[in-house]
Amino acid sequence: MEKKIKTIYPLEEILFKHFGEHTDEWKKSDHPSVTALRHEAISYFEKHGFPNQKMEKWRSTNLTGVYEEPLEIFDRHVAFDKKLSDIFLCEVHGFNTQVISMLNGSFYSPENHEITITNEGVIVGSMASAFKKYPNLVEKYFGKISGYQDDGFKAVNAAFWRDGVFVYVPDGVEVKNTFQLIKILNQPNLMVNTRNLIVLGKNSRLTFLHCDDSVNHNTGLTNTVNEIVLHENAELELYKLQNLNDDSALLNQTYVHQDANSRLKVNVLTLNGGMVRNEITDQLNGQGAESQISGLYLMDKEQHIDNQIFVNHNVPNCNSSQLFKGIMDDEATGVFNGFIYVARDAQKTNAFQRNNNVLITSAAHIDTQPHLEIYADDVKCSHGATVGQLDNEGMFYLMQRGIPYSDARMLLLFAFADEVISKINIEALRISIEDMVKRRLRGELSICDRCVLHCSNPEQPIVFDIDISKI
Amino acid sequence: MLLNIKNLHVSIAGKEIIRGLNFSVNKGEIHAIMGPNGTGKSTLAAAITGREGYEITKGEIIFKGQVINDWSPDKRANEGVFLSFQYPIEIPGVSMTNFMRTALNARREYKELPPIPAGEFLKKMEEKKKLVEIHSKLTNRSVNEGFSGGEKKKNEIFQMALLEPELAILDETDSGLDIDALKVVANGVNQLKSDENAFIVITHYQRLLDYIVPDFVHVMYNGRIVKSGGKGLALELEERGYDWIKDQFDD
Amino acid sequence: MSDEKKNGDFLDEVTSEEYKYGFVTDLESDQSPRGLSEDIIRFISKKKNEPDWLLEFRLKAYRHWLTLEEPDWALIHHPPIDYQDIIYFSAPKPKEKLKSLDEVDPELLDTFNKLGISLEEQKQLAGVAVDAVIDSVSVKTTFQDTLAKHDIIFCSFSEAVQNHPDLVKKYLGTVVPYTDNYFAALNSAVFSDGSFCFIPKGVRCPIELSTYFRINAANTGQFERTLLIAEEGGYVSYLEGCTAPQRDENQLHAAIVEIIVMDDAEVKYSTVQNWYPGNKEGKGGIYNFVTKRGLCKGKNSKISWTQVETGSAITWKYPSCVLLGDHSVGEFYSVAVTNNYQQADTGTKMIHLGKNTRSTIISKGISAGKSNNSYRGLVRVSKNADNARNYSQCDSLLLGDQCGAHTFPYIKTGNETSTVEHEATTSKISEDQLFYCQQRGIDMEKAIGLIVNGYAKQVLNKLPMEFAVEAKKLLEITLEGSVG
Repeated sequence: MEKKIKTIYPLEEILFKHFGEHTDEWKKSDHPSVTALRHEAISYFEKHGFPNQKMEKWRSTNLTGVYEEPLEIFDRHVAFDKKLSDIFLCEVHGFNTQVISMLNGSFYSPENHEITITNEGVIVGSMASAFKKYPNLVEKYFGKISGYQDDGFKAVNAAFWRDGVFVYVPDGVEVKNTFQLIKILNQPNLMVNTRNLIVLGKNSRLTFLHCDDSVNHNTGLTNTVNEIVLHENAELELYKLQNLNDDSALLNQTYVHQDANSRLKVNVLTLNGGMVRNEITDQLNGQGAESQISGLYLMDKEQHIDNQIFVNHNVPNCNSSQLFKGIMDDEATGVFNGFIYVARDAQKTNAFQRNNNVLITSAAHIDTQPHLEIYADDVKCSHGATVGQLDNEGMFYLMQRGIPYSDARMLLLFAFADEVISKINIEALRISIEDMVKRRLRGELSICDRCVLHCSNPEQPIVFDIDISKI
Repeated sequence: MLLNIKNLHVSIAGKEIIRGLNFSVNKGEIHAIMGPNGTGKSTLAAAITGREGYEITKGEIIFKGQVINDWSPDKRANEGVFLSFQYPIEIPGVSMTNFMRTALNARREYKELPPIPAGEFLKKMEEKKKLVEIHSKLTNRSVNEGFSGGEKKKNEIFQMALLEPELAILDETDSGLDIDALKVVANGVNQLKSDENAFIVITHYQRLLDYIVPDFVHVMYNGRIVKSGGKGLALELEERGYDWIKDQFDD
Repeated sequence: MSDEKKNGDFLDEVTSEEYKYGFVTDLESDQSPRGLSEDIIRFISKKKNEPDWLLEFRLKAYRHWLTLEEPDWALIHHPPIDYQDIIYFSAPKPKEKLKSLDEVDPELLDTFNKLGISLEEQKQLAGVAVDAVIDSVSVKTTFQDTLAKHDIIFCSFSEAVQNHPDLVKKYLGTVVPYTDNYFAALNSAVFSDGSFCFIPKGVRCPIELSTYFRINAANTGQFERTLLIAEEGGYVSYLEGCTAPQRDENQLHAAIVEIIVMDDAEVKYSTVQNWYPGNKEGKGGIYNFVTKRGLCKGKNSKISWTQVETGSAITWKYPSCVLLGDHSVGEFYSVAVTNNYQQADTGTKMIHLGKNTRSTIISKGISAGKSNNSYRGLVRVSKNADNARNYSQCDSLLLGDQCGAHTFPYIKTGNETSTVEHEATTSKISEDQLFYCQQRGIDMEKAIGLIVNGYAKQVLNKLPMEFAVEAKKLLEITLEGSVG
């Protein structure tokens, strides 16, 4: 049988060339473990290349278009020459956060603020700086949770990352401020590979808001790997807010390790973006761990959303739930792949999963794959998935009360989305998101007031008679 | 003596619920066990019927002269112990008819009798249905599935009538019943009562005892029987509540 | 008595339960040499006196098969299959010249009698016509005359090729093309026999049709092919049953079933699959790699698959419906039981192409011992399938803590007026239910049988009466005493 000749895509060639040209230079500043990892990862990538649709995890997402793009691999340090407020325009109103900024894949702050440590010992800052300042602490976790062996993009990230965000919360510390990471690309045709690591010590607590935004219409590919470690009884609330332009591709891989009694709450809100893929792998490794992962996606035009959620119950007595809801308009396409794995001895597992979708047009398309793989018998696992339209009876009820069709429809769409939004614990954030979603549903492209996406039609009058928030 | 319980101690997940209980029942008697919530009444029923997770740490349960502590639940049932469940469970897909025939034949097999002929079984079903005024259609449905609270309890008594136990334990059979259903249930019990069997009626309220008249009334508190008497005790409890018992016997 | 010990005893009992159809009949057979090549295919085709177009079909399939690789996406594991070590054609040799075509070797009659299938019409269950297939050939089809009165064709596939070549040529490979998958290509190259059924326009088949498949000879593969056509307004209920002797080596069974249903016609296809599952150490047993698919070609057409899968070492099988005609209906009802080291990866595909098409999927998986049981299914609603509806319910029951139960649904929806609903649960038998039964005097073993049968009832009810009773017994035998 003849072997098929493997296609080498332009972007792959660019990556190989870039690696060859820069590896010696990187070596000078890299921690030795990072250098080793880069080489292992690049040889994996040489062998396997980018993912293709023959792979189970990628069967419904086609990135060939992206592979064909001659993107620039951006790995330079960005000098801090503009005020934060000049670049980072997106904000959620009335909500105090400690902002961490990344521009084009590089930590963006004045030179001496690259990494800070508070009185309580909370470390926040650039991943590159963290490796220099706290090599032992970072090395202990870095790359251990994610690995690189099973996915081309993960390997590329391991080989090419230059910066990212490092957060360490020591045992017993409950961080009061919400950390907000804002990531922006402001140059055209970039591929950035960023790497974040969040470590929560025993009995600690953190709320983290991770925003991926666009400030212009440039094409770009962001390839992020997040590693998260929750030690015993730690609690992390993680909100991902994704609001990119239609030419951006965002690949987000998140790997979580949970020790006993730790609690993870993730809420992924995808409001806009050309191609957004969120892969979350949560390993429940300690008894009593809890995981709640939810998401909302509102896609239109030719946008594509792909949520891949893997929850692995490796030990007994853990609880997990997944709730993902989506509204697909125009020619948008979407994928939900939820996976619950229950190991042989993971008795007394409770695991639930649900994915609901509304299709607005006949050109929109959704694939949903709620999978269960279960090897223990004393478990309660269930999943459900639906694809459909809005509830007809609900429509009739509202219209019978005199609400016009279009308003009734929007009310019900919002109600559909609200099940996910209502899981946001921070009130100011929830109200902001509710607002964003309402406006998104009204067809306004704008998310943030001053965002460029809004500029195309800045004075769009609001023609909506009913205040949904009062219903 | 039909049932004789000596110094019984029962634990659930290491927590002692019944703490040295003595109790005996003779054929032809009706015993009422009353007491506040959480004093171990249902635990006693579970221990007598051999429910998993109820560990007998000390003492003996003697039924018809044999210590049954280690017997499986079905062996006890086939020897003649019946429990009318407080919360009868639903078994989807298993019709009442099939369920009862299986149960009845299990008992006959235990007694080394041949299986009951289909015609005879159906006749018996019809006869017992009348006793508890059960709707005919109910027996075509799956066990307890979609039954109302009252139907479930009537169904328990119906099963009791079919299986003809020597010792029947009615665990809170009156809870969730309206007065008409209560009368039907009580009427069923009274008709089944004979010199050859005995009843243990576990209840909160004296209400049921207006219809099923007990020979003895016992009050359980903190895992023991703290007071026994005749029917009058139930009336006294109705009037005075349980507080005076609590005051007297709190550890 | 400790419960763990009790459970252990039950599991012992279950694993010691004997496969009741494991006997071998001493039949002299006419076999092809081992292995697969174009010559072997020519040999099979010649043995069956086939027309050239059919040989061509086989050869094209074979050449295509050579370019394929065995699929590896199912959750099953087995050592590599040596396709050159299989005997692709084996036919029982008549001991003496039989007097008439209707006469059957008494050894064979006896074999089927032992299996509880009588080939003598007067002794049969009233109203069931049987086509009996042993190894590679059909040995007898009963009730031919009755069927002929209604112009129904029900015969072995080989006879159909001889007597109704136009019909076979018209429909063969139209629902499952030889390019469909690895095992479909293999079957298309080497298929030996099977059943053929044609229901003419407006005819409701008055009796149940049934094919009984039996693998007897060692080292052989069975590759039967079934083709079922219901013309406008036709109706038939079709049953198949399967058994095989107990042997230490694994044997391959790669069949194809194709169904074509025209306007207002309905086919109900029921399977009770009880191939030899291997012994309690997982040695031996049939690899059951089957492609079954029906095409609802006409308006208001309907295909209903019901399967009770208790046998085979490995089951890889996805009876599917292509709902092409507007208002057509597809149904899939399945009970799959695995015990010991059995592996099942089974489910369905519902492809909604026409408008107002409806499909229902009810799958009940039961795993015991060290087995793995997966539901894998696809519901696809194409862009033009306005108002398509699907409801799927996939429940898994685990008996014991050494087995696995998995659910892999794929839902692809591209029409905004469609509604697709999928629900699944995984659980074990509730201890409260067990205690309730025990309190009524029913022992643990019987209680489990009762509860499992109740759990599967929704599917068992879909089987024709005679089969339902059989299936219930089979379920109890397969699981007797196993408990988690």
